[in-house]
Amino acid sequence: MSKLDAKIPAGHISEKWTDHKNHLKLVAPNNRPKIDIIVVGTGLAGASAAASLGEMGYNVKAFCFQDSPRRAHSIAAQGGINAAKNYQNDGDSVYRLFYDTIKGGDYRAREANVHRLAEVSGNIIDQCVAQGVPFAREYGGLLDNRSFGGTQVQRTFYAAGQTGQQLLLGAYSALSRQIGVGHVTMYNRHEMLDLVKVDGKARGIIARNLVTGEIERHSAHAVIIASGGYGNVYFLSTNAMGSNVTAAWKTHKRGALFANPCFVQIHPTCIPVHGTNQSKLTLMSESLRNSGRIWVPKKKEDAEAIRAGKLKPTQIAEDDRDYFLERRYPAFGNLVPRDVASRAAKERCDAGFGIEANDTNEGVYLDFSSEIRSKGKQAAFAQGDHAPSDAKILELGKKWVEEKYGNLFQMYEKITDENPYETPMKIYPAVHYTMGGVWVDYNLQSTIPGCFVAGEANFSDHGANRLGASALMQGLADGYFVLPYTVSNYLADEIRTGKISTESAEFDEAEKNVRDQINAFLNNNGTKSVDSFHKRLGLIMWNKVGMGRSEKSLTEAIAEIEALRTEFRKDVFVPGSAEELNPELEKAMRVADLIELGQLMAQDGLQRNESCGGHFREEYQDEEGETLRDDENFKFVSAWEYKGDDIRQEELHKEALIYEFIKIAARNYK
Amino acid sequence: MASKFINITLKIWRQKNGTTKGGLETYGLNNVSTDSSFLEMLDQLNEQLINERKEPVAFDHDCREGICGSCSLYINGRAHGPDRGVTTCQLHMRTFKDGETIYVEPWRSRAFPVIKDLVVDRSAFDRIQQAGGFVSVNTSGRTIDANATPIPKADADKAFEAAACIGCGACVASCKNGSAMLFVGAKVSQYALLPQGKVEAQQRVLNMVRQMDEEGFGNCTNTGACEVECPKGISIENIARMNREYLKAIVTED
Repeated sequence: MSKLDAKIPAGHISEKWTDHKNHLKLVAPNNRPKIDIIVVGTGLAGASAAASLGEMGYNVKAFCFQDSPRRAHSIAAQGGINAAKNYQNDGDSVYRLFYDTIKGGDYRAREANVHRLAEVSGNIIDQCVAQGVPFAREYGGLLDNRSFGGTQVQRTFYAAGQTGQQLLLGAYSALSRQIGVGHVTMYNRHEMLDLVKVDGKARGIIARNLVTGEIERHSAHAVIIASGGYGNVYFLSTNAMGSNVTAAWKTHKRGALFANPCFVQIHPTCIPVHGTNQSKLTLMSESLRNSGRIWVPKKKEDAEAIRAGKLKPTQIAEDDRDYFLERRYPAFGNLVPRDVASRAAKERCDAGFGIEANDTNEGVYLDFSSEIRSKGKQAAFAQGDHAPSDAKILELGKKWVEEKYGNLFQMYEKITDENPYETPMKIYPAVHYTMGGVWVDYNLQSTIPGCFVAGEANFSDHGANRLGASALMQGLADGYFVLPYTVSNYLADEIRTGKISTESAEFDEAEKNVRDQINAFLNNNGTKSVDSFHKRLGLIMWNKVGMGRSEKSLTEAIAEIEALRTEFRKDVFVPGSAEELNPELEKAMRVADLIELGQLMAQDGLQRNESCGGHFREEYQDEEGETLRDDENFKFVSAWEYKGDDIRQEELHKEALIYEFIKIAARNYK
Repeated sequence: MASKFINITLKIWRQKNGTTKGGLETYGLNNVSTDSSFLEMLDQLNEQLINERKEPVAFDHDCREGICGSCSLYINGRAHGPDRGVTTCQLHMRTFKDGETIYVEPWRSRAFPVIKDLVVDRSAFDRIQQAGGFVSVNTSGRTIDANATPIPKADADKAFEAAACIGCGACVASCKNGSAMLFVGAKVSQYALLPQGKVEAQQRVLNMVRQMDEEGFGNCTNTGACEVECPKGISIENIARMNREYLKAIVTED
């Protein structure tokens, strides 16, 4: 087990981080400019890490594949960010956020990491406000909060439905400030294609300049991977088109273990699939479940009539609607965690109650009519009208909804051509976030010394299911408040190393590796497009490694992905050349890695003979369809070691999860 | 969502790189679902080109839900196409008629040079931001409590509306002068409206405007095309506010 020392500090849970920080080694200010740090990715984790380390005086090089660091996919996060501020005085605390997160993750996350996250959560909000992030406020001028799934307090801070955008622009402004003063050098439109190790330590990367095609060598004393998640393995997901696993996967191939790859979050409220040319799925924020009620018709014939276009949802009487989340989970109602809500929607659709007229009849309603009425009435009363007309109630109620969720309602209408103020939204679960990622210890260091991994790219904080509004919290916690300490601790031993040369056998080998792969694609002369393979991979993953998995489906998936990989290598066609902007080549490099990862996900799901969080093995459920965990045999993090081109040979290592401060129990939201 | 299918003709700007001359090429595309977004239509065209072993059209895109600001097409003479309040990725083919000819060009502006086909270089925006688009506060988290300074809701809301800018560059592309004043005005306004930004307000506006001029953007002559084409509805009030801030700064500058 020496490979997996999580390096969790001793002591009481509430003192571990403070005590650990007090004993970490430091690098003096005069030594910092002599030390180079590479940061790959400029989302919340990467931008905040690069800005913070630049501020400290290190020489930082930051890389993103987008044309500007401001466009990293954190920008698209909608609903909010959690913090244990207890501004609403509803009983919140650091402990409660810690507890909710561990429970939400179905007892598959590390206690110490999650407690640290809860501890620093309040500072994140202070920091962002100081940076000029315009969070939503109440009339008294103080910050507003709302509820998210899996909690019974209001601890989510937000900026309309664009919280991720505002937080990322905050981190981007801090990063821009450091670029402006020369502490950070920014490499836009660059993609990391390999990690370079010298004497066992991470010492640099090979990157491709996506405009000129030039293959570049960059050396550093430490490398931080903050390249996001791998949801695009499903082709259709809420991820951006460019989101990919390449930086993380290349790190894995160089020796970093990859943890819990099968833990994927399927988000309950997305716009359902339509049409074969669809390229991505669009999320409708979880915050909508504060106001929207999820239902399908009680009668199958009503569902059929709706699908046939003969009946409208507004014509279904209240008594004929099945608010299935409220029915099954009265304590949390529509605000159960994402995995629970998604499975419940799938259960209703599988039983024939789906309302969407697409190939699979998969869709349920998210209905705002009750909220529009209740808020409209409140607003009328507040104006002194104690006997408001129906029209006035509706008018004021819609205005209230628009103020809270306007941009989401507009997005919905643009995509579907339906007006959600008048008719309920149609929604269905879609792939959204990946809890798995590169294995890291308490210091966020991977099994490769000097290679740190942050944000969605690591596996550390969310167990088998992430709670809403916690991804933004984790990204910024890692970048602003954890890495500056732990990376410095590592670099304290590097002050005598001096500049690292890129003229070495290791850089030669890594560059050759990249060039060989590029040439193989361009000279392949196959017949099918990259996208056609990506779509096929996505179908295998969704149908067999999706919301429900079984030994049979996973076994089939492994064989099918292997066959797809062989065919991809033989028959993919990549036009253009290596010395220019070539989006098809970029995609080919990414899809190659997604295919390999997809196989590992299926293998990981197959070994985990239990259901937990987002990992629902159909063999392991109780009579009510709830997940059945097996704590005796599976209370561990699975961490996979790369063993060469045959993914089946990857070796499983286990990090036992120890719960000292939380009593482990069956997750119950009823 | 009753799907329909249409056939269209596309006239698309093709340009190998920044140093060669470009021109419009014509492509026919059949069976385009009206539920497809404009970019999904381009995916379909590229799939067709790849199958004909021709080079696909390069265009910038990423989130495909109107927030990252990557997509940047001039469609039938308008930034982000004919619909209001949307980015190209949110524009749907139901906006177009069967048999229609659609012109697709890159952003046209001296400060946004073409990299390839429909892809342009907008790094000038990053450099303006680096010149002063921030509050100089360190990221230590050792600041005051977030609720220590109440901010009037109206100010916070206005700051948010300005901060909603996605940096796509439609304002510049739509402006006959190639002015970036809506983009810069929005950033200046966000900070000018918040107490946290007021401390450095003077230096910020001077530095950002100086950088904007150095990048080769034109001046504002109040035609208001930027506001009309802005996918996020950023108001030209922000330009007025920037002018006020600039004037205030320039007359009190040491």
